[in-house]
Amino acid sequence: MTTLQAMGRPVPAWRTVLERLFRRRVVLVATVLLGWVVAVAAVWPALSSADPSAIDISARLHPPSSAHWAGTDELGRDVWLRIVHGARFSLLIGSVTAAGAVVLGTLLGLLAGYFKRLDAPLMRLVDAMMSFPDILLGIALVAILGPSLWNVVLALVIVYTPRVARVVRAATLVLRELLFIDAARALGVRTPWILWRHILPNLASPILVQLTFIFAYAILCEAGLSFLGVGVPPEIPTWGTMIAGSIDYADRALWVILYPGLAIVFTALSLQVLGDGVRDLLDPKLRKAA
Amino acid sequence: MLRFLTRRLAGALMVLALVAVLVFLLTRLASGDPVALLLGDQATAADIARVRAEYGLDRPLGTQFLLWLAQVAQGNLGDSLFLQRPVTQALLERAEPTLFLAGFAVLVAALIGIPCGTAAAVWRGHWADQLLSGVAMLGASVPSFWLGLLFMQFFAVKLGWFPASGYGDPDTPLLERLHHLVLPALVLGLLNSALIIRFTRASVLDILSEDYVRTARAKGLPERSILLHHVLRNALVPIVTILGLTLALMIGGAVVTETVFNLPGVGNLVVRAVLRRDYPVIQGTLLVIAAVYVLINLGVDLLYTVVDPRIRLEAK
Amino acid sequence: MNKSLENLRPRLEVRSLSTSFGTPEGRIQSVADVSFEIPAGQTLALVGESGSGKSVTSLSLMGLHARSARPEVAGEAWFVRRDGQRVNLLALPETEMRRLRGNEVAMVFQEPMTSLNPVLTVGEQIAESVRLHKGLDRRAALARAREMLDWVEIPAAAQRLGEYPHQLSGGMRQRVMIALAMACEPSLLIADEPTTALDVTIQAQILALMGRLQKQTGMTLLFVTHNLGVVAQYADHVAVMYAGRIVESAPVQDLFRAPSHPYTQGLLACLPGMARRQAERAGGADTALLPTGPAGRHRLVAIPGQVSSPLAPPPGCAFGPRCGHREAACELTMPELRALSGQRQSRCILSNHEVTA
Repeated sequence: MTTLQAMGRPVPAWRTVLERLFRRRVVLVATVLLGWVVAVAAVWPALSSADPSAIDISARLHPPSSAHWAGTDELGRDVWLRIVHGARFSLLIGSVTAAGAVVLGTLLGLLAGYFKRLDAPLMRLVDAMMSFPDILLGIALVAILGPSLWNVVLALVIVYTPRVARVVRAATLVLRELLFIDAARALGVRTPWILWRHILPNLASPILVQLTFIFAYAILCEAGLSFLGVGVPPEIPTWGTMIAGSIDYADRALWVILYPGLAIVFTALSLQVLGDGVRDLLDPKLRKAA
Repeated sequence: MLRFLTRRLAGALMVLALVAVLVFLLTRLASGDPVALLLGDQATAADIARVRAEYGLDRPLGTQFLLWLAQVAQGNLGDSLFLQRPVTQALLERAEPTLFLAGFAVLVAALIGIPCGTAAAVWRGHWADQLLSGVAMLGASVPSFWLGLLFMQFFAVKLGWFPASGYGDPDTPLLERLHHLVLPALVLGLLNSALIIRFTRASVLDILSEDYVRTARAKGLPERSILLHHVLRNALVPIVTILGLTLALMIGGAVVTETVFNLPGVGNLVVRAVLRRDYPVIQGTLLVIAAVYVLINLGVDLLYTVVDPRIRLEAK
Repeated sequence: MNKSLENLRPRLEVRSLSTSFGTPEGRIQSVADVSFEIPAGQTLALVGESGSGKSVTSLSLMGLHARSARPEVAGEAWFVRRDGQRVNLLALPETEMRRLRGNEVAMVFQEPMTSLNPVLTVGEQIAESVRLHKGLDRRAALARAREMLDWVEIPAAAQRLGEYPHQLSGGMRQRVMIALAMACEPSLLIADEPTTALDVTIQAQILALMGRLQKQTGMTLLFVTHNLGVVAQYADHVAVMYAGRIVESAPVQDLFRAPSHPYTQGLLACLPGMARRQAERAGGADTALLPTGPAGRHRLVAIPGQVSSPLAPPPGCAFGPRCGHREAACELTMPELRALSGQRQSRCILSNHEVTA
């Protein structure tokens, strides 16, 4: 029993949700870590006037020290500062991609799951898109759209939408069969209203799970694309472009690729742990679907 | 049963058709005007028009698509604009390193993933489970090129156990060529084992809660026997299908690892083609990659019906 | 030891069995203070509605609870082995228990459709048990499996040996389960609602089969069911469970003739026609008080209310809120399971007096 329950007070719903979400310590740690990453990315550049792109040839490829926490790269730039500034871009790409994929994917999945006649054609399209490895699809799309930050985001949204669509469709199929939907229909409730008020809110859990995972996948995929040279233009300091740019110096100065990579790993890992935690919260009815 | 088969087959064909359309559209949109690139700056408008007609690029898109399909149906994937050879040949040349790499990687992923996933399921809730599941999530959070670079620095450059890159030429003996693949296969295998661990754990957990496992316990069978004879035999089927699909996805999807280790594989071929707007190569390779996936998917579905009699019943 | 004396000892003697499970909401007491005994060669029917704890009781005896449910089992379950040794099933180390399971104590489950491994043949599954406990080689074990299939009256047994569970009907699969359970000649068979999932006609066949097998082997049978008709026909002794406790226990004839606990009375009254017969037996005058519907027919009787949640048990007697004979004292404490005359027990303060037939 929670303390509030023991005291006999009514428990607000969000508190129970948070308690259940953080029942596993790992999830709490991951969320804190994630919050820290976001906070640093948002706040540090505002507070510190240090310029991450400040070139200082005399300080080339210095190992980590108290002056440069993660060392310097081949142009003498402070790696830690670049990581912090790069965080903004990587997180931006990840979050916008996740949001976009979730919105589009939910729309597709809802339609496919609720309207039987749309199911087959939409799912065939999803199947066709998922027959390509993510990164190849990303490469092709960026080639079409041209290499820029927002084009990469758009490309990644297209890559990950089918994944969300599948999950949402599966969940919608389950929900559609539940009695309360029949009841609503019997009462004469209009379909769009049913979708909006009855089905969509119940999709919140699987959607949230997908949101966190796609955030992580997008960061990883963008890094891969940038590494191959077909992603974000190298002037924009995402974690991926940082590693791609400094590859040739990896043998002498491992830190130039080690730390940006660790940043990716930490962020992606925290997101996945959080996603896992949300999945544990899942409505048991939908657990199989997600 | 037959109706089920034909339904699945028809579905797969439809997906293939959609794949072909997608590949065609993607390629054309990505390639822009390849002829101008091909001929260079000196080309006149007349030259460009002539070459375009030669390649049939002046026809309407729909016609081009159908012509291309007809070509593919005859086994001809077209000729590369830059590599001076048919696409099919280019693919076959690249197939060896990619297929071996994918095969080894899947093997590594299975050898690590299945035991770890089973252990995590059996000791569910235990710290061992948390650890293994955590490791699995870690594996899914690591960028492949980063791990590849780190491995290369450590095992190849520092320790010198493996060649850092390349694949040797056709003259080098097979074993030596395969030696080049060990490190990249380890990288890919480790990262993909994450998925296998999670999937195996879920699959085994599902089976452990089945009634017939309880019956096996009621017979007094020791846990190890139950795991081997009852649980894994049932759990392996979905696991093997995931392994098959992972293999299929690696054929083009290993492009990043191939690039890190400078392996002349299929993924590499596609990236270069995209950069050079070599549209026949892009078209042909993407089509083959996706088609392989669809076919393996279909095969795996059919395998399910053969192996699991219950699905056969449901299908009726 | 003198054979006849040995036969007088109960094959199974359960004392104060209690089982609880750990859930996110806290520990739930599923079964409490369950005590009964089964004389060798006889059948005890464990009766109760869904959720009364009867399945949990049987699983606790076999030690088959899922570890993830964090079960805690207390009490004693004294079982007399083939060699005469008397062991407490609940205190045995797992390795010892495994030697008994499928060998001397066997169980038949409720769902024949899912209780057999779909990828192994029927013969292999029976043979597995025999090979494990009797040490037979593969051929001998399969031969024994074939014998068992014959014994449970499955036609074309030799052919069935190589068939897979999905190729058999529900009734056949349950026969296979019975064959499996009896392959090593257990002295105690626990049957957890073995016929509930089957068609009515098949039910009768399976029950008849089990009755025959019991007579042939002299094994002791613990039969868990919610079907009173079955109880009347096959049981020697009955124990009624409600909300995790035994509320009444009696020889079968006595129970049906004169149930002493209000819950049992209610259960029996629910049987169509029983209410009228009960009232008539009790003196006739009360039939006028039985509920009637239109056309003067007697309505079916139902016990009012619902079983309370195990998370929030009522103080005092668990059946109290639904009992027509409730008194003030019933809400204070849970009544003890009191022994009445003639091997009868009842957990009700009202059964202090003798119940006349």
